[in-house]
Amino acid sequence: MKTRGLYIAISLVSLIVLPFVAGDFYINLATQVLIAVVFSASLNILVGYAGLSSLGHAAFLGFAAYICAGTTVTLGLPPLVAAVLALAGTTLLAAIFGAIALRASGLGFLMITLALAQVVWGLAYRWVGLTNGDNGLTGLTRPHPFGVSLDSPAAFYLATLLTTGIALTVIAILVGSAYGVSLQGTRDQPRRMAALGHNVWLVRWTAFIIAGFWAGVAGLLYVYYQRYIHPSVLSMATSAEGLLGVIAGGSGTLAGPVVGAALVVILKNYASIYIERWNMLLGAVFVLIVLVMPDGIVPGVRRLLARRDR
Amino acid sequence: MQFWVAQTLNSLAFGGLLFLLSSGFSLIFGLMRLANLTHGALFMLGAYIGAYLMRAFPGTSLWMAALASGIAVAVFGGLLERFVLRRLAGNALGQVLLTLGIAFIISDGCLLVFGGDPIPLSTPHWLARPVFLWGFIFPAYRLAVVVLAVFAALGLHILLDRTRLGAMIRAGVDDMAMARAVGIPVSAIFTLVFCLGSAIAGAGGVLAGPILSAYPGLDGDMLPLALIVVILGGVGSITGAFVGSFIIGAIYTFGIALLPDLAYVILFLPMILVIAIRPNGLFGRMAV
Repeated sequence: MKTRGLYIAISLVSLIVLPFVAGDFYINLATQVLIAVVFSASLNILVGYAGLSSLGHAAFLGFAAYICAGTTVTLGLPPLVAAVLALAGTTLLAAIFGAIALRASGLGFLMITLALAQVVWGLAYRWVGLTNGDNGLTGLTRPHPFGVSLDSPAAFYLATLLTTGIALTVIAILVGSAYGVSLQGTRDQPRRMAALGHNVWLVRWTAFIIAGFWAGVAGLLYVYYQRYIHPSVLSMATSAEGLLGVIAGGSGTLAGPVVGAALVVILKNYASIYIERWNMLLGAVFVLIVLVMPDGIVPGVRRLLARRDR
Repeated sequence: MQFWVAQTLNSLAFGGLLFLLSSGFSLIFGLMRLANLTHGALFMLGAYIGAYLMRAFPGTSLWMAALASGIAVAVFGGLLERFVLRRLAGNALGQVLLTLGIAFIISDGCLLVFGGDPIPLSTPHWLARPVFLWGFIFPAYRLAVVVLAVFAALGLHILLDRTRLGAMIRAGVDDMAMARAVGIPVSAIFTLVFCLGSAIAGAGGVLAGPILSAYPGLDGDMLPLALIVVILGGVGSITGAFVGSFIIGAIYTFGIALLPDLAYVILFLPMILVIAIRPNGLFGRMAV
């Protein structure tokens, strides 16, 4: 336990120091990793703790990003209002999608979330008047919260780091709370939980909404990082990358999505230097993880450590 | 008036194509509890194999290409089921992720091999000219697709409802443990059904060629439609897939024509309605 605290302290310090020592390429890469971490951590609430595998999580990331870019660029709203609107809209969307998808569980849930996300994707492509279709929305500038400019890679990285830290802390507290425990109860023994008087549907629905909210936060970070949004963000590949981050790292663990998302983003960046075929590699990693390491990296390493300690 | 007649025929033809895609998906899901996310990719793979055959061997008719492509995709599906998916039997999430990964590989592989430009498949020349009926113009090929889909549905219906093999498949869908106990070779039937579903998807991809062409992203466009059809019609039900396909085909076609901005939202309303009122789907006997 003591060494664990030490590890966390060391990684925190190195994360804070990073922008002062590394070049812009690495700072931007680290920012992308952090955004992916928030996204995967939000999905992990559903996949890991609620036992509900969603293949449509990109819908919330993309929806928040589109609302933010749309209201800022087209309507000229101030960034704070745009951000609040984006998060409120995404939470509402998650409430609606959750109410629909939770009519089913297991594979039905997965298929419905996938279908729902494809609808948002289709809208972003087709509703050209609102989303500018295949051209995407450009012209977004980063906000200046409290007068601090986020235009430099280092400043944006630190803001992202702060947001990621808040997100992970809140999710950790949530998972450890009474609500988090009952959520894991509905994952393992839904019938017993119902018999104990818990409203299984409500517990799952709130988890869906919370997961959607944090995916919206990831979407805000994403759109301000890119300063551009294209319908491809809403594609199944984005949802799949997020899910791969959760599964590869280890679903149902706090560190899992952090490790997994970092792995996916770094792999994607380095792979795209050498080969054009990212989707093929993504698919191959999926196959490999499922066949070789179905539990994910974090539980696998933990098992190895436990064996060594014995 | 010509607009309505033409769009009706378009929607029927598209519904027919959707049936070729979703009937296999529904059968596989119903029997094996496996959401086969490669199904859209198999449809696309079929279309590309057909396009390749017709280009490499001039004189190959669309029907020959569909047959060959169906067999090729069936073999691919059979190998996939037997040697990869079988290792994850009982692990539904693992299987879904695996099929998702393979779908990405197929889809990117097609892009690598066949390039990014859409490849149209040529219509058989005797169906290429329009037919005049009651003063309206019908594209003959679309009529042929509707007829083929109806025949495919009838064939599947007879196979499932009137043959011994069909009875064994239905037994496996209804109660797998009991089917095994009375000596039905459920394992072999799994592979067979997977091959059958893949074959229909592969051949369907070729038949879709003259209408949709083979293009990158065909898989991503078709898979969600198949999911909606199956959720709407009910898992494991051929009748459900048939009715669902034509409902979704009609809504999609008319939606694109009349309200292009909102076509996707409209597409999705019947699905919400069905999930809200009848979570098992219109003709389904079990929950999705």
